[in-house]
Parts: sequence; structure tokens; C-alpha cells
Amino acid sequence: MAIDKNARYLESHEYAKPEGELMVIGISDHAQAELGDVVFVELPNVGKELDKGVVFGTIESVKAASDLYMPISGKVVEVNEEVKNDPSLVNKDCYGSGWLIKVAPTKLSEFESLLDAESYGTSIGEV
Amino acid sequence: MPINYPTGAIEEHLITRRGVGLFDIDHMGQIEIAGEAAETFVSHMISAKVSDLVAPMARYSLLLNEKGGIIDDLFVYRLPNSWWIVVNASNRAVDLEWFRSKAPTNVSIIDRSDDTYMIAVQGPRAIELLDKISNTPVSPIPRFCWANISIEGIPILFGRTGYTGEDGGELFFPAKKAIELWEYLLECGESFGIETKPIGLAARDSLRFEAGLPLHGHEIGIDINPIEAGFKWACDFEKEFIGKEALLSIIEQGISRKLVGIEVFGGVAREGYEVATADGVIIGRCVAGMYCPTVKKYAANAFVNPNYAKIGTNLSVIIRGQPRSAEVIKRPFYVPVYRR
Repeated sequence: MAIDKNARYLESHEYAKPEGELMVIGISDHAQAELGDVVFVELPNVGKELDKGVVFGTIESVKAASDLYMPISGKVVEVNEEVKNDPSLVNKDCYGSGWLIKVAPTKLSEFESLLDAESYGTSIGEV
Repeated sequence: MPINYPTGAIEEHLITRRGVGLFDIDHMGQIEIAGEAAETFVSHMISAKVSDLVAPMARYSLLLNEKGGIIDDLFVYRLPNSWWIVVNASNRAVDLEWFRSKAPTNVSIIDRSDDTYMIAVQGPRAIELLDKISNTPVSPIPRFCWANISIEGIPILFGRTGYTGEDGGELFFPAKKAIELWEYLLECGESFGIETKPIGLAARDSLRFEAGLPLHGHEIGIDINPIEAGFKWACDFEKEFIGKEALLSIIEQGISRKLVGIEVFGGVAREGYEVATADGVIIGRCVAGMYCPTVKKYAANAFVNPNYAKIGTNLSVIIRGQPRSAEVIKRPFYVPVYRR
């Protein structure tokens, strides 16, 4: 499974990845593989302020529905409309075109407390 | 049978709608009924008309209890000297016990499940593939009929039947030849340039769901009667059969719920989710729901108050506490090719 080294992770498999002043949020390759084919994503509206750890949306695969948790506090500045129309992008390119939302972080220090690529790899049993 | 192969559930679904899907469905049960009084017995036990069923015909039917509850659904193949009944894996033991408990001494009930392997070959190019490798072409065999064929010397009972809404067939053959035939079918698909892939359980479910075919435990079940589930057509009221009296009384009294198809906007409705009116009054419950890859809709099957069963009725489905708008739509969502 691919683990993007520029991103940091929650144990629940969401990632946050710096992009300029913003943080891109999505789910890991391991998560998309476990979920199977993604068929629906529900994401918050632009402007919504969300704290780390809260549910920001839902992702539904052929198998099940899962909550999405904020890896970092911030205000939503962009939502991936393409992924809403074609949820399979999450399976095809979870770190790229399959991103979910972009936020302006309000507590940047939280980023450091997330799992780095190596620790996340260990947590999912990959060395 | 895995939930999906590495291909992925949605792609497997789409392959079956454009090429050939192979289904490893050895879990299905096969029961052979023979003996002097077999026809009378089978006719009494199952809901469908049997008297006009001659070899090489096959037919869909229900197995009902005295209350009209659906013990199982099945396909019955009229063989020259016996009746070959294909039942759901999860009900095999119950069905066998039911048949045995009702059988007179001059009827034999034989469980053929362990010796028989079953592979379904389904899709718009399935018949083309089988024609190339069968000792005798399968294309002349009409829908819902069967024939004895052989592939690579393996004797096969071929039924022009299936559970996907596509053309194709189901192959019954000796269990010890399973791997050999499975691999041969995949190889032949490749060498003839006919896209052929193994299909998992998730796609099997979405294919049957889209095509309006029931799954026991969902659209039909022991606590569901054929009238509310829309299967009156599978019951022959010209004859006597177990459950008939109950059904007549249900028809007379009217049904309290009805199976409908609904399109859901803004989420995936799954089994158990409540269905409400546009004003929020609960009027039913989903028995199955998913994304339909061919028609590209989020849909569900639900039992609802019959007053809300009309096509075009605006409803809502409660998805994790949130009402999402929904509309009653025509079933099946994807019309099977053999019904067009």
C-alpha cells in the first residue's frame, strides 16, 4: 500500500497534507483498499469550521458506510466537487485527484501530533 | 466466492453487462426428486405450474409454507426421469427437510449438492463463448430450457438461466472437474478475445438487484408472502399447492405492505433503513439498497404502506438519522435482456 510521505495520518486512516498555507484532507491508500469501491461521498460546505476529531463527512463503499474524521482543525476552503461526482477517484488516486477537502488550519501545531508516514505504516502492519 | 476479486465489485458488475462474468456458485444446492409420484409431489410442494413443464424446460418457483411464507425460491428443471431443483445455499438444509417431511414413500429426495459443481456464465457474450467450446452449440437452446453438453470432455447440464439479467447459462457438472473447467473458461475467454472475468458476491448482488431479481432474506423470506412481494405471477392458482389457501385469504383481505423500488437522492440506502413520507411519517423499511453501476442510480427495495407504492410518489429514507429525498420508481431498474 502506498503511504504518501508528505502527509500525516490519523489511526482512522484520514490524512492531512500541507499544500502552501492549506491542508489537503483525504483517506489513505490502505483505507480505500479496505473499503473497496467507493460509491458515495458526503462532504461539508465551504466555510464550515471543524475541530480535529469531529466527523466531517461520510464515505460509502459497496460494502459499508464510514464516518470521516478531521485530522486537523480548520475552516473548509475547498471541496472536491469532482470526487462527489465520481467517487471512484478515491480508489484510483487517493492522494491526488481523490482528495476530499482543503482547509485553512486553525491549529497548525496539531499536524505534528499526527502519525508520520513511518508510524502510520507500522500502525497498519506495514514495515 | 469472495466479495470481490482484485478487479473490484463495480468493474466486475460492468464486465458482466458487456462481456462475460464467471460465477463460482458451488454453494447453491441441488435436490433431485424422482419416483412414480414425483410430478404430483413437486406440483403440490411448489407454487409454479408444473403440469405443462416438460423436458427440456425449466421454471422459476417459490417454496411456501402453509401460511404463505416463502421458505425459499428455486429453479426447477424438468429432466426426462426426474425433477432437478436448484435452491439457495443458506436454505438447502431447511428445504431438504421440508421436502423429506412431506414426501410419500414412492418419491425419493436426493441431495446432489456435494457431487455437483455449479458455475454461471453470464453476459452478452456468454453464449458466443460457450458456442465456441461446447461439443454442441448452446445458442439454439431457448431461454429457460436446458441441454446436455460437454466441454473438454466434461459432461455438463447446461441451463439457459441465470441471476444477472443478462443472457448466458448455468453449468452443472461433476464437482471434481471444477478447477479444470473454471480455468478452461478463463483461458478460452482470453484466447478468443472475449472479455471474461471471475465475479464476486458484491457484483452478483448488484447485478441481481438492478435486474429486479429477489434475494431470499431480503425481498422475499419466511415472513414475507408472494402477494406483497409481487410474486403472484409465480403462483399457479389453477392447481393445489402448499400455501395456496393462505394466499387466497391474503388476496381477499388485501395486503398491508408492498415491495417497491425507490431511487434515493443524497446517500446510499441500505437494508434496515426506515422509509418515511415526505412529511416524515414512517411507512416502511428498506430490505436492500445500493449503488446501481449500470443505471448509475442509488436505489433501494423497500416494503411500504401500499398507499405510497405508486410510481412517482415522493418519499424519504432515513440515512443515519437524516431524511434524504427518495422517489418510487419502476422495477426492475435494469430490464433483463430476455424481457425486452
